[in-house]
Amino acid sequence: MGEHGDCDDAIHELYTFLDGELTESRRVEIGRHLDDCPPCFNQFDFEAELRQIIASKCRDTVPESLRQRIAEVLDLERPPSA
Amino acid sequence: MADPSRFVEQAMPFMDSLYSAALRMTRNRADAEDLVQETYLKAYRAFDSFTEGTNLKAWLYRILTNTFINTYRSRKRRPEEQELDDVEDFYLYRRLGGIEAAQIGRSAEDELFDWFTDTEVKDALESLPEQFRMAVLLADVEGFSYKEIAEILDVPIGTVMSRLHRGRRGLQKRLYEFAVDRGLLDRPSSDGNGDKESTQTPTGVEGSRGA
Repeated sequence: MGEHGDCDDAIHELYTFLDGELTESRRVEIGRHLDDCPPCFNQFDFEAELRQIIASKCRDTVPESLRQRIAEVLDLERPPSA
Repeated sequence: MADPSRFVEQAMPFMDSLYSAALRMTRNRADAEDLVQETYLKAYRAFDSFTEGTNLKAWLYRILTNTFINTYRSRKRRPEEQELDDVEDFYLYRRLGGIEAAQIGRSAEDELFDWFTDTEVKDALESLPEQFRMAVLLADVEGFSYKEIAEILDVPIGTVMSRLHRGRRGLQKRLYEFAVDRGLLDRPSSDGNGDKESTQTPTGVEGSRGA
């Protein structure tokens, strides 16, 4: 099997690999290819890093006023104590 | 049967995450706040149907998503959403020229990190059509599995994978456009799909160039 075919396969499954959703045997196969193929490894590495960056830049903090309001609303919901 | 008195202790820690997701869904702060509040109220009222020890975060997200779909989706304002028809093969990595991208990621520790502002990343995600946006948000920001996403969105796993694939392509395309607009990358001379094209073709780029 030519190397090109392996690379195409690896890139095709890149995201499933990064999502941790490949079967164990497939994950091992791809992992082995990455060990042997710097171009594919570089792309995987880039995608993994980009994903971390996206996650870290999409975090917001709840305004304190909303936190308060929700606490109050839930408090009103409590059944009256016996 | 979950204990209502423990709801606050167990559910409140997820508020930042739910609020963040609500912002991405509604794209409007006032609606996001209402959505989160309504979610917590519904969750509290339904807490006796939650099975202790199962995935509370996914359960809360299901309520958030359903509430969004039922209540806010119809009222959405529509800043321009990109079409995702032609993003099939869009990989930011390839547009950056492969090797250079690898070096950007590695040579200076946070260089790729500095390419995009928080606002740009959020805008890029929010520019995706809703069903793709939700899939990418649940997977890449919140770390849910395909199975969990399928349950939250009430769609088959295959649909999750397909939406994720196209959604991520669309997100990367938008990020690429931001990078080009800011002069971090040369505007390509043609907007073809060629993923082997170098972006470093000299073109008349207006404005100052970044790095």
